[in-house]
Amino acid sequence: MDFKFDIEKNMEKVRCLETFIEKNRQVPGVLIPVLQEAQGLFGYLAREVMEIIARGLDVPVSKVFGVATYYTQFTFMPKGENDISICLGTACYVKGAQEILEEVQNILGIKDGETTPDLKFSITSTRCVGDCSLAPVVLVNDDIYPNVNKKEVKDIIAKYKVEVECYDHL
Amino acid sequence: MIKLTINDKEVSVPEGSTILDAAKQLKIKIPTLCHMSLYDIQFFNQSASCRVCVVEQEGRNNLLPACATPVSEGMKIRTDTKKAIRARRTIVELLLSDHPNDCLICAKNGDCELQKIAADLGIREIKYPGEIATFPTDNSSKSIVRNMTKCILCKRCETMCSSIQTVDVLTEIGRGFDTVMGAAFNLPMDETTCTFCGQCLAVCPTGALSEVNNVSKVWDAINSDKVVIVQTAPAVRVALGEEFGMEVGSLVTGKMVGALRRIGFDRVFDTDFAADLTIIEEASELIHRIQHGGKLPMLTSCCPAWVKFFEHQFSDMLDIPSSCKSPHEMFGALSKTYFAEKMGLKAEDIIVVSVMPCVAKKYEAARPELSEGSSSDVDIVITTRELALMIKEASIDFENLDDKEFDNPLGESTGASVIFGATGGVIEATLRTAYEFLTGKTLENVEFSSLRGMQGIKEATIDINGMSINIAVSHGLGNARHLLEKIRSGKANYHAIEIMACPGGCIGGAGQPFHHGDLSILDKRMNGLYKEDRGKTLRKSHENPMIKKLYDEFLGEPYGEKAHELLHTTYVARKKI
Repeated sequence: MDFKFDIEKNMEKVRCLETFIEKNRQVPGVLIPVLQEAQGLFGYLAREVMEIIARGLDVPVSKVFGVATYYTQFTFMPKGENDISICLGTACYVKGAQEILEEVQNILGIKDGETTPDLKFSITSTRCVGDCSLAPVVLVNDDIYPNVNKKEVKDIIAKYKVEVECYDHL
Repeated sequence: MIKLTINDKEVSVPEGSTILDAAKQLKIKIPTLCHMSLYDIQFFNQSASCRVCVVEQEGRNNLLPACATPVSEGMKIRTDTKKAIRARRTIVELLLSDHPNDCLICAKNGDCELQKIAADLGIREIKYPGEIATFPTDNSSKSIVRNMTKCILCKRCETMCSSIQTVDVLTEIGRGFDTVMGAAFNLPMDETTCTFCGQCLAVCPTGALSEVNNVSKVWDAINSDKVVIVQTAPAVRVALGEEFGMEVGSLVTGKMVGALRRIGFDRVFDTDFAADLTIIEEASELIHRIQHGGKLPMLTSCCPAWVKFFEHQFSDMLDIPSSCKSPHEMFGALSKTYFAEKMGLKAEDIIVVSVMPCVAKKYEAARPELSEGSSSDVDIVITTRELALMIKEASIDFENLDDKEFDNPLGESTGASVIFGATGGVIEATLRTAYEFLTGKTLENVEFSSLRGMQGIKEATIDINGMSINIAVSHGLGNARHLLEKIRSGKANYHAIEIMACPGGCIGGAGQPFHHGDLSILDKRMNGLYKEDRGKTLRKSHENPMIKKLYDEFLGEPYGEKAHELLHTTYVARKKI
């Protein structure tokens, strides 16, 4: 899925990244720290940002992409306005968290780690959030939903977007 | 030297050698799959990712990959224990469990290294059925098909693309079961800086990378009512025989012509004719640049992968390559003008098929600069391997064919054009002509031995009329990059440079029969070309009587107006990333 990255709008952050690269380009193994810095600045690694990194460090863009896709800490899509985190820790998992994740994916028509094209929702599976007694737990932004069952998922999502039905057929 | 024993046999090898190197010295075979070493071009793929080469070391519990483990003093290795053999078997069984196993209809059928090792190990069942990592096939380019479902992640393609060619398109993406070899952002090949040299597919052990197969297009053309002309590149005639079990390096020009006629082409011509023409144009351009203070050095432009490489990587230097089209493109342009006129045909009535050792030629033929109106100079390109497939499909007994001659007028050629197929050959042929053009004297010794051979970069200074002409020759795009960077930084003083993208030049092209890691094949093909050159009465391009006739009847002056219109081209600056 393509999300347009607006370099003009992000010019200030781009400059920050370029300064960081300039300062650290001689440090051995600097690619990962640079990727982390970039993700910190933009929230995700857009293609344009990875190209800036490749040029800045004078390494092939294929290498930048190869390294970035190897580590699960890096994400390639902007987070949605509402980030739905589903805890897949042991307790939640045993209590059916996988089913809930699948339901969220079905309703939104995107996979774990992805964002809806309108940038309203993203799904992030997480490990234990420390609320095992309330398993399974779903977080939407900072709101905690305890003891969630599959049937409730639709209503939870609906709270954040009235026209949630448009995803229904997906 | 390090002393060790393998299967109770003692051997001494230099420090840093691997167990596999030591075993080779003892003539002990250890099966390998991902591993490939091509010493001649310094290609070493030792990712040890497949583990097929595991061996046992006395006193150690775990098995060692022979291809990547350095030897140590007193090591006692066994390659034939039950444990090692069983492990190898399991590894191959696991590889097959994540493979489509559609060998019968695979492009690599008969040439696949995974197929071979499965056969060697006598595997008769897929023991571990389960999920197969599947990826969409990338058909985006005119040259290379990527079917990553068949990839075994040996990383040979990445090593070739990055270490040798310095193109850096292919990389390992993702992790675990979803790992795939691909381009940045998973871009299709035609949107990358890929040069389509195809050396990735020349070393790919499986059918994950293969050429775009145009065989059915050629059969359709032959069965249409158009006049179908075929031309064959110099390097094809010294490799085609290999596909029919003939000795490596056999010169099969006559049989090839016979086979092409049997297949049903209306005219069987020779790209060598156009190679002679290229020399006249290129030598004239070089002389023009030297005498008129033009841009130097002049770079040859016969190799389409090299052309795309400099368009991406050195787009600030587009004025140094020769503006000459590559020989098969010159041939195409003449077929649809000069030859068409002679035959009373229109360009649209003619289909030009090129048989090339190369997969980049497929991409080149589709370049918009290389067409006249809606008609491309060359319509269809097939490789040496595809021609062999056609010959087999037509049940032609290739080895027992009688030798035949090319048709005229576009079939006559000199020895100078034949050596185009080997690294250094184009510049040698150019010198044979430039020398005589500049001095007006006869060049007695036409063989420039300093420009021959497999060395990555060759340099020579040739004295012509008291003027020293500095020449460089390189094959492999990494070597080319090195030369170009020297030129860019002003540290080089060359007059002319020949560059070919593939190891050994066109004889090592990605459309040739697979070398399977044995580059001595290239030397034999090279010798085949030099042998044909020596056997020709005419060895200088400007002595080709048909070329003289072509200029008299049609083109006018070399490097003149009409020649420019038909035989020269332009280049495009492309994105570096």
